[in-house]
Amino acid sequence: MSTLTDLCLMESHASEAHTLDDYESERPRWCSGCGDHGVLAGLQRVLRKNNLDPENVVSVSGIGCSSRLPHYLKTYGFHGIHGRALPIATGVRLSRPELPVIVIMGDGDCFSIGGNHWLHAIRYNINAVVLVLDNEVYALTKMQVSPTTPDGWKTNTTPRGTYLKPMNPLSTVMGMTNISFVAQTATWLPAHLDETIEKAWEHHGLSFVRILQRCPVFMPKAFGEGGVHFPLVFLDHDDGIPVHPSLLARGTVQAHNHRDINEAQRAAVSVDPCPMGLVYQDPEVPSYEEIRWQRQERPDHRTFLQRLDAVMDRYAAG
Amino acid sequence: MSGPRPLRLPEHIVEIVSDAGEGAQKAALAFAQLCAKSGNGLWTVEIIPSEIRPPPHTTGSASGNRIRLAERARVTNAGNRANVVLAFNEMALLSRLEAGSLADDVLVLIDDHWATHEDEKYRLSYREVLDEFRSRGATIVEVPLAKETLRHAEDAQQGKNMFAVGILCALYSKDLDLLDDVIRDIFKAKDRRVIELAVRLAAAGHQYGVTHFDRCFEIEAHPSDVAKVAMNGNTALALGAVSAGFEICSMYPITPATSASHALSEIFEDFGGFVHQAEDEIAAIGVALGASYAGKTALTITSGPGMALKTEFQGLAVMTETPLVIVDVQRGGPSTGLPTKIEQSDLLHAIYGAPGDAPKVVIAPSTIEECYYILSIARKIAEEFRMLVIVLSDANLATGQQLFNRPDVSQTPRRPPLDLSPVAPGALPYDWDPTTGLSQRLLPGQPDGMGVTTSLNHDRNGKARYDAESNQRGHAMRSRKLAALQKTLNPPSVHGAPQGDLLLVGWGSTRGAIEEAVDVARSEGLSVSSLHIQFLSPLPPGLLEIFARFRQIITVELNYSDDWNDPLITNENRRYGQLAWILRAATLQDIDCIARVPGRPYMPVEILEEVKRILADRPGVASSAPALAAGKGVH
Ligand SMILES: Cc1ncc(C[n+]2csc(CCOP(=O)(O)OP(=O)(O)O)c2C)c(N)n1
Ligand code: SF4
Ligand SMILES: [Mg+2]
Repeated sequence: MSTLTDLCLMESHASEAHTLDDYESERPRWCSGCGDHGVLAGLQRVLRKNNLDPENVVSVSGIGCSSRLPHYLKTYGFHGIHGRALPIATGVRLSRPELPVIVIMGDGDCFSIGGNHWLHAIRYNINAVVLVLDNEVYALTKMQVSPTTPDGWKTNTTPRGTYLKPMNPLSTVMGMTNISFVAQTATWLPAHLDETIEKAWEHHGLSFVRILQRCPVFMPKAFGEGGVHFPLVFLDHDDGIPVHPSLLARGTVQAHNHRDINEAQRAAVSVDPCPMGLVYQDPEVPSYEEIRWQRQERPDHRTFLQRLDAVMDRYAAG
Repeated sequence: MSGPRPLRLPEHIVEIVSDAGEGAQKAALAFAQLCAKSGNGLWTVEIIPSEIRPPPHTTGSASGNRIRLAERARVTNAGNRANVVLAFNEMALLSRLEAGSLADDVLVLIDDHWATHEDEKYRLSYREVLDEFRSRGATIVEVPLAKETLRHAEDAQQGKNMFAVGILCALYSKDLDLLDDVIRDIFKAKDRRVIELAVRLAAAGHQYGVTHFDRCFEIEAHPSDVAKVAMNGNTALALGAVSAGFEICSMYPITPATSASHALSEIFEDFGGFVHQAEDEIAAIGVALGASYAGKTALTITSGPGMALKTEFQGLAVMTETPLVIVDVQRGGPSTGLPTKIEQSDLLHAIYGAPGDAPKVVIAPSTIEECYYILSIARKIAEEFRMLVIVLSDANLATGQQLFNRPDVSQTPRRPPLDLSPVAPGALPYDWDPTTGLSQRLLPGQPDGMGVTTSLNHDRNGKARYDAESNQRGHAMRSRKLAALQKTLNPPSVHGAPQGDLLLVGWGSTRGAIEEAVDVARSEGLSVSSLHIQFLSPLPPGLLEIFARFRQIITVELNYSDDWNDPLITNENRRYGQLAWILRAATLQDIDCIARVPGRPYMPVEILEEVKRILADRPGVASSAPALAAGKGVH
């Protein structure tokens, strides 16, 4: 089974090695200290490492601070509408399966307004890297509660504290049929972030990555003040995201078999400490576009016309 | 064939009705195909019960079909009141009277087993309804549908519809062998025993008719040299989508659009296409848009409530100038409304429904034949103008059947491979021609064309911009494409004389009924013509000139308008039919409308009656509009 990277390299026009500049577009307009910068840089490094031709990559996003990312990445990009990145990405995948697709969404974008598409895209298991930049708030619209805002926190629409417990995106996706890749990382762990994106890139199917993202402007206190007081547990497996010694200061380590769905579901349910790394992977789940393309015939023009004529025969009259 | 000498007629309308699930629809399908195959012109309309499981033996349970068959090959509408009705029970029969569908002197064929039913309630109701019909001038012929069927089948429910088709075959002097073929074809997926029973029952029905009827008809059929096909509008849309070269249809099921996706799903993969059933209508258009952005030809098919959900994505298609086609098979609204019935109430929504200023193309087929060709037009415009094209069909076209010339599929254009050649230096993603607004689209995979396609306001480079000037320019460029397209259109041609007292203006599937009414009115010496508008956005050129030649312009539409006689209605607050709104705005003329929501097509005779009333009320006064022109100050 070919991976995204294989498909893309097959189509490669340039044989020369790309540099990081090849993936840089205009200067990002995010606030300084925003975690989104790190995700952009991580993606650019992964593209360069895989030596992808920028014209053969499509990034798709919704609306939000995070969704501005395609503007700063010099590939083809589609900055769409709030919550709807996944249907657009599905359309791209169905029509041009040779193009690797990266989907960038915010937590409001993906888990709230786009919730229906989120669950169904996982079930389709389209072959795409799906990064949710979760700052636990609606940032672009200036600090409203999001589905992942911590319990009791004050936002502009919950000035006296939120009413509900936050949702757990990991356990939600772990309940979906056809889930094939789940990982979690954070913007304040750049090496772990890069390696997680790389792993997602290599996966064939929908790689769902929740990236805990710092928003110093609206959520300076989130994630234990940007990771300072935020207990993590790194999921460790030979074939998972490496747990470098530098990470040990940030949390504990736990052996984890990401191929075992029960173990993965257990890990996904835990929120304190927060699981980091590869939660689940099943590389055998076929992707929707693959299934559809396999069942589809591609007749030459003559056969096309003959078939259309034969269909017309069914309605012949008079 | 022995029996009475057939009465030769140019055309007839026959309705077949039963309780839902009793098979009148199948019987009608078989009869319609029999007529089509023998060479009659044809238009059919489904009679659909309002509920999924309506209580049996009630008027609400009536299900079936209306078939208008004619000597001439081209029939463009469902016609006036029916001449013959074949009913499986008296309540189904009554429902057609209540719907105003039957001529007073209708010939009623009805299953006689209710006359002797053990339950007195049924016997009584049967007698009462038939008496009512007799008193109106109907001729009643009782036929032993159930009784005779029982001689061949264990259960009368299984097959009395085939006995009924046999009866109609005899009544219309059709060829039993041809009916045999038709039935075998319809049931070809079924068990052999089922097929043989159906064929036997049809023959028995035929035999019964030939030996018992004291009259029969012949609508002469002229098998033509030109090959014909008969299908419904949704099938025509599906085949049209294939021949237009569409590659992806992304949809979410909704009546009455769904059957188009069924027809397409059945064949599309053989032609290199997909039908993708998305999780909702928003995703459906999103997938289509994504596919189109990546270079494939995509459409989405829906009906009113689904159109509402698609509006934000429509704005995105307009803003990013991504070619896209939406088919809206209109039904009665608002909300769930009349889900199975015809209305033309989505016109304004189609043109203006997306937020922001979102110019798009809106076109409507007027016949089932046009349903086949319209998607080629839509695709061409969508791609050449980088625009969203909305095709407004309706429930009448969707489920009705028409006979038309077999399309020449050899004309289907070859699908060229995607052009992924490197982008020329200096080429921009929105390299707008300042006069026409047109630009060349770049596709992912084209070297040196990388950039973001954004829903934000943007400049020619595709870069997000927030300044007044670029916003004004972007709007102008997108709007200008409509004007550029309008310049390529021909002025519509007037049906009837080019000038006169009254011009009826219509759009969509009302065309056939309007033109038929005009023909009759003109043959009676009335000065009336009609104009059909296929392009609703942009409107075709030449309307002002055409309108200037008539004393009065009135639209005929299947949507709502306030009645002039309603106590609160004045010429300041009156709400008009939707085309009338548009034409009033576009021409500054006092255009009135005949606009109602009966949930069924207009009969030509209804339009004719309106025409007569309007012309009698002259000068310049529509029937429902006392003193419309003269009384401006009075209201
Ligand atoms: C249909 C629609 N509803 C609402 C909005 C306003 N809006 C824009 S972004 C956003 C939420 C952004 O939050 P999130 O998705 O978490 O992204 P972030 O800005 O935090 O990265 C909202 C509500 C919109 N653009 N479109
Ligand atoms: S508001 Fe928050 S999420 Fe948005 S750019 Fe600034 S720091 Fe980043
Ligand atoms: Mg957010």
